[in-house]
Amino acid sequence: MEEKKKNEMPQDEIALELKNLRVKFVLEQETVHAVNGIDITLKKGHTLGLAGETGAGKTTTALSLLRLVPHPGKVECDKLEVAGKDVLSMSAKELQKFRGSDLAMIFQDPMTSLNPVFTVGQQIADTIMLHNPTTKEDAFKQAEKMLELVGIPAARAVEYPHQFSGGMKQRVVIAIALACNPGVLIADEPTTALDVTIQAQVLAMMKKLRDERGMSMIMITHDLGIIADVCDEVAIMYAGRIVEYGTLRDVFNHTKHPYTEGLFNSLPNIRNRDERLKPIPGLMPDPSKLPKGCAFAPRCQYATEACRNKKPQERMVSDTHMVACTAYDDPAFRINRPEKGGNNG
Amino acid sequence: MAENILEVRNLKKYFKTPRGMLHAVDDVSFTIEKGHTLGIVGESGCGKTTTGRCILRLVEPTSGEIFFEGKDIMKLNRSEMKHLRKDMQIIFQDPFSSLDPRYTINQTLSETLRINKIRSGKKAIEDRVLELMETVGLAERLINTYPHELDGGRRQRIGIARALAMEPKFIVCDEPVSALDVSIQAQILNLLEDLQEKLGLSYIFITHDLAVVNHFADEIAVMYLGQIVEKAPTAELFENPLHPYTQALLSAIPIPEVLDERPQTILSGEISSPIEPKDECRFSKRCRFSGDRCKECGPKLVEVKPGHFVACGRLGEL
Repeated sequence: MEEKKKNEMPQDEIALELKNLRVKFVLEQETVHAVNGIDITLKKGHTLGLAGETGAGKTTTALSLLRLVPHPGKVECDKLEVAGKDVLSMSAKELQKFRGSDLAMIFQDPMTSLNPVFTVGQQIADTIMLHNPTTKEDAFKQAEKMLELVGIPAARAVEYPHQFSGGMKQRVVIAIALACNPGVLIADEPTTALDVTIQAQVLAMMKKLRDERGMSMIMITHDLGIIADVCDEVAIMYAGRIVEYGTLRDVFNHTKHPYTEGLFNSLPNIRNRDERLKPIPGLMPDPSKLPKGCAFAPRCQYATEACRNKKPQERMVSDTHMVACTAYDDPAFRINRPEKGGNNG
Repeated sequence: MAENILEVRNLKKYFKTPRGMLHAVDDVSFTIEKGHTLGIVGESGCGKTTTGRCILRLVEPTSGEIFFEGKDIMKLNRSEMKHLRKDMQIIFQDPFSSLDPRYTINQTLSETLRINKIRSGKKAIEDRVLELMETVGLAERLINTYPHELDGGRRQRIGIARALAMEPKFIVCDEPVSALDVSIQAQILNLLEDLQEKLGLSYIFITHDLAVVNHFADEIAVMYLGQIVEKAPTAELFENPLHPYTQALLSAIPIPEVLDERPQTILSGEISSPIEPKDECRFSKRCRFSGDRCKECGPKLVEVKPGHFVACGRLGEL
């Protein structure tokens, strides 16, 4: 059996490194295991997609990176470094400085993440002033520049959030996140609340800004179409674990994990409308009562006795491609989804 | 020609707002054949939900005619309409807010059966509740659970069972899967498809998700700011979209495949206001082909091929 090994990379190429993240919420009657051991290595200038369904632990993972997990969440983690800084040892004051300047986040719902009683210009300027010693006037000027960068006329800086449409609000939120030029940007379902044509606009703009600034990005989404559009690497999450991790090509064209296969099969195929959908039977397990073995085993068509009894090991199937599935203990095991063109990786 | 179950002519719904009349649905006409599905696609605020509700007169239309099995339902009074709603049902978008939180599955379904006198007698009602639960794939042990104990997919199944309880011929499905995860979404779509086949239902399927409607509908109407801008059989619409808005909408779908190039038409600008719209093409502000003619008067739907209708002022030139 191959043991898990990650390629060692020179330290200055890594934007973010996370080792063995576990998050649990201890409640009176039960303990909810939201995240159960996650490793992420994000290279500079790369975009990692975190995909999975509701309750997979995507947002909790993102909040852990910012150390923003709310009470009664308990976060344990072996290592968390962003831009070479050890985030775990930071004081509250240091964290305040760190959030926004090294690592910024765009939240899912633009309607609720802006303050309704301040103008959008003020809200961007506030962020700038918090991180840079500058005058109010100067910060406001910079805020206007940020608005133009995201495609909003500078004159609208004096308007309030309710005067903007959903797509425009999300642009403002992006402007706030980018105001202090963060090295890493976490985008948590940034376009879920938007219409498709507006979504296409916002994604195109985010890609452009990312490339211009050489920013690294973590894109959290349930939409595999968005992942294919913007990401270099993909991590598929299920019940608080990463079940498959690799380059976009690894995961999309050489799919290995049965859950990833199930996700693809559930999507209506835009090219073949008569094909019947093949949903994944059953539901995601209750995170307070995770099964003993593989969390996906109860819904998995390939599951064997071994799957139900032992936690799957992470194994590398190529230099870049990891899959956590016990079925691969049998070297002849293949899933039904055919591999697509080109060589691996 | 097959029999039409529903015919809608010049349907209009205006809402009064402090800033003037909001044209939510503005002169929409279509027909649905028995056993078929019409998909209504569009972005938020285009009037697709209002159209669906007007057809059941859950929202009273401002003007227009609606014929259900040849009967003009706009002429019916309250009690006649109530009676007719047994044949016309709706499944709502949000399975979290469309169920009474204080009713168990059993209560929700049996009340529907009792009030509408679909079944009478305790035993008959109970049997029918169990039968309905089986039809939509809800386990019998869940009969006394409350909505908050169930996940979104199961809640949506209750919504479907409630609609089916009336033994309808026609169901308006208003974004029935948008609130659900993809793996659950596929389960519900397959269920609706099976029910259509088994019970001979006709659907209006309202959604913003083109991939879903492509899979599900026989015919698609694309709406923009209260009007139908293009209508065609599904395959034709996807192969040969003629309206610039339909083209942009199709190219905006993120395709879950590794592609070297993604030809995308990114629209600029925002949707204009539906309040007191000018008599011009409502898409002209975002349209890359828009010319002087588009600003003069609103284009009408024109049949370019059998069954394929487009409303675009510059149709011949493009």
